[in-house]
Amino acid sequence: MNGDDEEMVAASVDPYLPLEWRFSQVFGERSAGEEVQEVDVISAIEFDHYGDHLATGDRGGRVVLFERSDVRNSSGGARRDLEETDHHPLRHPEFRYKTEFQSHDPEFDYLKSLEIEEKINKIRWCQTANGALFLLSTNDKTIKYWKVQDKKMKKVCEVNSDPSKTGALASSSNPSITTACLGNGGVISSLRFPVVTSHESSPVARCRRVYSHAHDYHINSISNNSDGETFISADDLRINLWNLEISNQSFNIVDVKPEKMEDLSEVITSAEFHPTHCNMLAYSSSKGSIRLLDLRQSALCDSHSKLFEEPEAAGPKSFFTEIIASVSDIKFAKEGRYLLSRDYMTLKLWDINMDSGPVSTFQVHEYLKPKLCDLYENDSIFDKFECCISGNGLRAATGSYSNMFRVFGVSPGSTESATLEASRNPMRRHVPVPSRPSRLGSIARVVGRGSESAGGVDGSSNALDYKTKLLHLAWHPNENSIACAAGNSLYMYYG
Amino acid sequence: MAMVDEPLYPIAVLIDELKNDDIQLRLNSIRRLSTIARALGEERTRKELIPFLSENSDDDDEVLLAMAGELGVFIPFVGGVEHAHVLLPPLESLCTVEETCVREKAVDSLCKIGSQMRGSDLVDSFVPLVKRLAAGEWFAARVSACGLFHVAYQGCTDVLKTELRSTYSQLCQDDMPMVRRAAATNLGKFAATVESSYLNAEIMTMFDDLTKDEQDSVRLLAVEGCAALGKLLEPQDCVARILPVIVNFSQDKSWRVRYMVANQLYELCEAVGPDCTRTDLVPAYVRLLRDNEAEVRIAAAGKVTKFCQLLNPELSIQHILPCVKELSTDSSQHVRSALASVIMGMAPILGKDSTIEHLLPIFLSLLKDEFPDVRLNIISKLDQVNQVIGIDLLSQSLLPAIVELAEDRHWRVRLAIIEYVPLLASQLGIGFFDDKLGALCMQWLQDKVYSIREAGANNLKRLAEEFGPEWAMQHLVPQVLEMVKNPHYLHRMMALRAISLMAPVMGSEITCSKFLPVVVEASKDRVPNIKFNVAKLLQSLIPIVDQSVVDKTIRQCLVDLSEDPDVDVRYFANQALHSIDGAAVAQS
Repeated sequence: MNGDDEEMVAASVDPYLPLEWRFSQVFGERSAGEEVQEVDVISAIEFDHYGDHLATGDRGGRVVLFERSDVRNSSGGARRDLEETDHHPLRHPEFRYKTEFQSHDPEFDYLKSLEIEEKINKIRWCQTANGALFLLSTNDKTIKYWKVQDKKMKKVCEVNSDPSKTGALASSSNPSITTACLGNGGVISSLRFPVVTSHESSPVARCRRVYSHAHDYHINSISNNSDGETFISADDLRINLWNLEISNQSFNIVDVKPEKMEDLSEVITSAEFHPTHCNMLAYSSSKGSIRLLDLRQSALCDSHSKLFEEPEAAGPKSFFTEIIASVSDIKFAKEGRYLLSRDYMTLKLWDINMDSGPVSTFQVHEYLKPKLCDLYENDSIFDKFECCISGNGLRAATGSYSNMFRVFGVSPGSTESATLEASRNPMRRHVPVPSRPSRLGSIARVVGRGSESAGGVDGSSNALDYKTKLLHLAWHPNENSIACAAGNSLYMYYG
Repeated sequence: MAMVDEPLYPIAVLIDELKNDDIQLRLNSIRRLSTIARALGEERTRKELIPFLSENSDDDDEVLLAMAGELGVFIPFVGGVEHAHVLLPPLESLCTVEETCVREKAVDSLCKIGSQMRGSDLVDSFVPLVKRLAAGEWFAARVSACGLFHVAYQGCTDVLKTELRSTYSQLCQDDMPMVRRAAATNLGKFAATVESSYLNAEIMTMFDDLTKDEQDSVRLLAVEGCAALGKLLEPQDCVARILPVIVNFSQDKSWRVRYMVANQLYELCEAVGPDCTRTDLVPAYVRLLRDNEAEVRIAAAGKVTKFCQLLNPELSIQHILPCVKELSTDSSQHVRSALASVIMGMAPILGKDSTIEHLLPIFLSLLKDEFPDVRLNIISKLDQVNQVIGIDLLSQSLLPAIVELAEDRHWRVRLAIIEYVPLLASQLGIGFFDDKLGALCMQWLQDKVYSIREAGANNLKRLAEEFGPEWAMQHLVPQVLEMVKNPHYLHRMMALRAISLMAPVMGSEITCSKFLPVVVEASKDRVPNIKFNVAKLLQSLIPIVDQSVVDKTIRQCLVDLSEDPDVDVRYFANQALHSIDGAAVAQS
């Protein structure tokens, strides 16, 4: 690893060069033999718009916030300028724990006799205002709008009628006030204002609004509109449009519920607004299609304006073909032209101007293909892996089993592909199969490094652990840094 | 101890509670801020209370909202308009909080204060405040700034005015859509204060930018600005600058923008004047009536009568009527319902002949609509058509529609038609009513749903008022009295309810001769619910009938009931007896 430093410098100069991934931080690391509490398992990760904050949600309904700690000045705009002018190639984002709060609690819907889990399904950051952070969090049924702000702990002293004095004077409360009034000399001047002394500040989270009772099925996505005023929430069959300020009504904009539930063949799996066009919205389905909607066309968007589907493969169809086609997550790239989608076996990049097929397809864990039957037996085949794309749109990442995740170069001609493990030593293991034909040098490099790690377990071997799956991960909006959840631990890497 | 009664003590408590942990106590103190200020005097209010409040802007929204409201009327407490500027700092900080309703209230209050301030104070303190907010780091401040320009602008120097205009134009191009929305919302107000020489150049440029905004939500609000700006401009400028925008908006890609145009078109027509309305806006309106988005057609259909009022009947018949015909068979029930709610109003505009020729077929088809709301909307506006063509032409179709609604399986629909029965009765006349609707009125008294039975009873009272006691005596009373013998106690109860409602209308004589014997008979019912309702009913009859009847019949009956084994019956009987005594005392 002699070439590390040069490589890092080179990477910062040419963003197209393959990245060397390094471990940065871990929060909530599990010590050997420690059992993971179900409630601590992370179920959502999201960076804010500027990458200054990171939020995680867990199965216990908690939201934990981290703030960036590697830059001293912490006031939004000024810092961003600073970063642009004074860019240091070796610096990578580091975060520290900021605060946490209980976002959702387990509930019971008495009308439907239904238990509602507290598990956080999604977190989305909203527009920052007045130095306070705002975010939306949702469980299966209820979306909440949170404001997190540093509040100075205040203590009120010097009031007109101080109950503590009463005791000292050992008489009834009224005479004590009389004394106080007289003590200040004169009646009018006896009216004093409470003096408030401020102590150290600490972040306080307050729930500003609750958007509830709008979903019959489980909410799988929430997404903010670029207008800063509205957001959508999607469940299996419907997508609703909300105004952030109005919590008692929402508009149904997509409804795929058939007249008879027996006719149901497709459900909504994920939905996201276009990052800049306020009228565009994409949603994915369990049949593997992605639909692009134009909210300008009509109030109820039953007809899509564009449909993205993989052309029917020529090969033999199996029982699993349809199951593994289900899209588990979609993400728009920052500028909104490209769209990333994840299905069970692959990661796909789409150009929204090209609906004939994906621009490129990346095999995430092809070695699982012969094992689909086992995966079906133990329900793993229904795992919903998320995907994320880097701020510059050059790379994408998504998770797999055994706490592994894959990073692919998605720019045209890139052959970059890395397999990392969510641990302190991310390059410990490698799947020696490159995702697609690539330059010789790159293969050599990957293999070379793979062989270095003594005792490295082959990804395709039997050691594969279906229980430790890496479902949730997020890419920093403007740096090559990834946050991913392995069980209850949050690992951060930079390249 | 004499000091204890000193009025200062409650004030001291109010002041302390400004910082109490309990939000209700803080709210209470804030709402009585004027009391505190009066006790402190003007000088201490200026020097202590107001600065104290300025520090207070991190309180709960409810408290902040109350504070923003109170400060708007605080000028007298700080020593009059020459000291009004001391109120600006706390309101300025309230203008930056993220809760919209607090900000709006603070802006309101600032406008109230600013409009009273002297010119020099305005320049010295109000204008700098607006500039500070407009340059605020967070969007909340800039949003608030947009609502203050129209106050700041008046009484400014020319240099400052130029600066304010350019600041406003920057706000119209702000990065945050929230700020651009606020700028669009307030543009009309600001434009009204700007000299007309700048109107055409600068304000219209801002307006043009907003109308081309990429965010639908901004363009939506720009539509509203059209009417306001149009009224400020010279007619020829309005036609040149506003009209093309309206026509463009009516073909906007976003249905929400077109929806807004459909809703506003009436006001927009006023802005551009009748000539352009005929030549340019009629085609635009016709397009909206035929829009492919149902929401837009709903908005457009709801304005059809208002729009026709602006046109002459020939144009309405030529251009609008064909669309109306299409809309009456629209695939969306909500479109038909919106049309049905206004279409009757077109009859007076078109006149008798055209109404019979063109509108009547539409009325008739809407009366047969499968969606009850559509039928109800037609029936509810019957009087408007009645004045023009008389009811006869409609009555044949009307009856089946009414009967069907009256027997609709949704009780809310039945309830709605009952509300209109008195109107129908007055429009259709006694003859028609007797034949067709009398039976229905009695049927409702025995409906399965309580609300319908109750409305049915009330309906009898309103009919009695409409047609007079004599008619009611003939057509309603016998059936009601018959119902008192119904085997079902709920129906007997409803008969009693109808009696209690009708008695005041029918008068003392009929009450004594017809109702009272039946009621007294009912007091021997085997169901306690009936008996205590009799007690309540008797109580309500006391003021209607003579004292002799009370003493002779009612009291005896109540005394019997007051010895009933059932506790509730005894309770209500005693209540009624008390009220007899009370009435007697009052008379003596």
